[in-house]
Amino acid sequence: MSVEEIATVKSEAPEGRERKLVIGVIVIGLALALPFIDSALRLNLGTKLIPIGIFIILALGLNVVVGFAGLLDLGYAAFFAIGAYTVAFLTSPSSELLRALGAPPIDFWLAMVVATAVAAAFGVILGAPTLRLRGDYLAIVTLGFGEIVPLVIRNTPQWTRGVQGMNPIGTPTVPGVQFGVATEPWYFLVVAIVVLSVVLTARLRDSRVGRAWAAIREDEVAAASMGVNPVSTKLFAFAMGASFSGFAGAVWSSYLQFIDPGQFDFSVSIFVLVMIILGGLGNIYGVIAGGIILGSFDRILADTISDVLQTIGDATNIELLRQADVNRARSLILGLALVILMLVRPEGLFPSARRKMELHAAEESEVEAAQQRSTLYETQR
Amino acid sequence: MLGTFATLTVLTAFGAREGGATPWFGLVVALLVGMVFCGILNVIAERIAYRPLRNAPRLAPLISAIGVSFIYINIGLFWRGPAPVLYPDILPTFDFVNDGLGIPSLVRFTVKDLFVVALAIPLMLGLAWVIKNTAIGKAMRAVAQDREMALQMGIDVDRVISYTFLIGGMLAGAAGLMYGLYNNNTNFVLGFTAGLKAFTAAVLGGIGNVTGAALGGFVLGLLGSLTVTYFGAGWENVGVFAILVLVLVFRPMGLLGEETGEGR
Repeated sequence: MSVEEIATVKSEAPEGRERKLVIGVIVIGLALALPFIDSALRLNLGTKLIPIGIFIILALGLNVVVGFAGLLDLGYAAFFAIGAYTVAFLTSPSSELLRALGAPPIDFWLAMVVATAVAAAFGVILGAPTLRLRGDYLAIVTLGFGEIVPLVIRNTPQWTRGVQGMNPIGTPTVPGVQFGVATEPWYFLVVAIVVLSVVLTARLRDSRVGRAWAAIREDEVAAASMGVNPVSTKLFAFAMGASFSGFAGAVWSSYLQFIDPGQFDFSVSIFVLVMIILGGLGNIYGVIAGGIILGSFDRILADTISDVLQTIGDATNIELLRQADVNRARSLILGLALVILMLVRPEGLFPSARRKMELHAAEESEVEAAQQRSTLYETQR
Repeated sequence: MLGTFATLTVLTAFGAREGGATPWFGLVVALLVGMVFCGILNVIAERIAYRPLRNAPRLAPLISAIGVSFIYINIGLFWRGPAPVLYPDILPTFDFVNDGLGIPSLVRFTVKDLFVVALAIPLMLGLAWVIKNTAIGKAMRAVAQDREMALQMGIDVDRVISYTFLIGGMLAGAAGLMYGLYNNNTNFVLGFTAGLKAFTAAVLGGIGNVTGAALGGFVLGLLGSLTVTYFGAGWENVGVFAILVLVLVFRPMGLLGEETGEGR
């Protein structure tokens, strides 16, 4: 048994593991049954569930960067855009790149792999020079990068068709399944990728590099002096996060069949960030929960609430309610959510145990902490 | 963004309209109202959203700040709607080079340009003076260097930080008036790039250095304009952010800054 395996077994007690497995199976079962429930109840959620799923993939990827490695990335949508545009370049009949090369559109799956690799490469390119910087500086640089990418897309219409956007885009090929207007195949594809992402990120977290991320996040100097190479460890986190974003982008562009730079602006990065902070930084299940809560609010509940308010307004003749549109207050709600979360529950709704400890340790003074440690020691004896 | 909106409201109240006469008194009132409005808003935001997080990990106040900026954006959206807002062109169109000196030239230096320079320079000098010579400025520098030590020396850290946010907000309000009068339009997402550019300028010049910030802003503006001239209007922000990345990578202390230990 290798050192990593021992650590993994130790970190999760057998019962905890079993319980997690049962919950996981139930959640996956529910997710798989959802389209059938949807069609039985005629909720028409199909088209809304897929974007939510794709955003959950994004959230899982960003969780690697922000949650595991503690690097605040505010330009995450840039990698999403890079993934989406790479697939569009390689599979769209309207792609100028293919025209210039004189090549036919390539298969979606291959394009998706390329998109993932390209996004990861950009993660390294952005990360390499900036990772020596401390937290808030890194955040600003990634923010700038997130701004640059859509701008470059806008400004190079000869390749990207600029604000006109690109379409159509190649679809996945699976024998016997038609990826077209019907939402079910897309839904199952997204669920499969979410499950795969969960397994991947969970394995990463418990691996040697995952523990290195945690060490760097908590104390970079101490980690470095224990032999963890901060630069390569952080770079790997950046590349991993970017690659998740890259293949989320691939599925996104293929599902929508149309992409333009407006789909990848700053608010997307923040939306995903709020998802993982709401759910609980660093906790994979919390991140998924945050994604589902925020995604369903954004795609389903906001419209429903607006409709309800407008109906009340029509009935009671109150002009303000009649014109109510929750979507107009979207950034207000996002902003309030961020501030209130930071003030009230910075660890999110479903925090990882370690993150909770970190965030609350800072509130206590050294003396109190020492006192608590000593009482804890005594009760243990 | 809120600075442009607030000053626009005051100017409109003083009867400013496109191409109309210049309400000089209104301008002064607008400047004061804009500065006070933004200053107080900033202090309130600090009290509610940042102060409770003072001892939290670094990411927490940063995330909270992003939240606050989103709230501002939405306030702007509710206030003036999503479309770009016209800011009346009320300054005289007199051009000192062509009209004043009588030299026919492509170079122009209009009242508008003079207005921006004439307002910005006293503000910068005033800020430098406050930070260098007043008790509160001295306290600010102390808090920036070592908050705990400043506290031990009897400095009321909360009060000093409140003042810092007040001054910062007031300068942003003044900048709002200048931006609006110079560009004659504003919109509700203006502050996002403006904030990024301000940060870039401050980093470029050297964080914590007023002269550096002024120099950084100047250099950044020049580089931005050159980018527009040589690459096209769409590339300006690309150029600005590229500069930000390059500065942070190669000279994190900025052009005039000293090693603060922040950058590395």
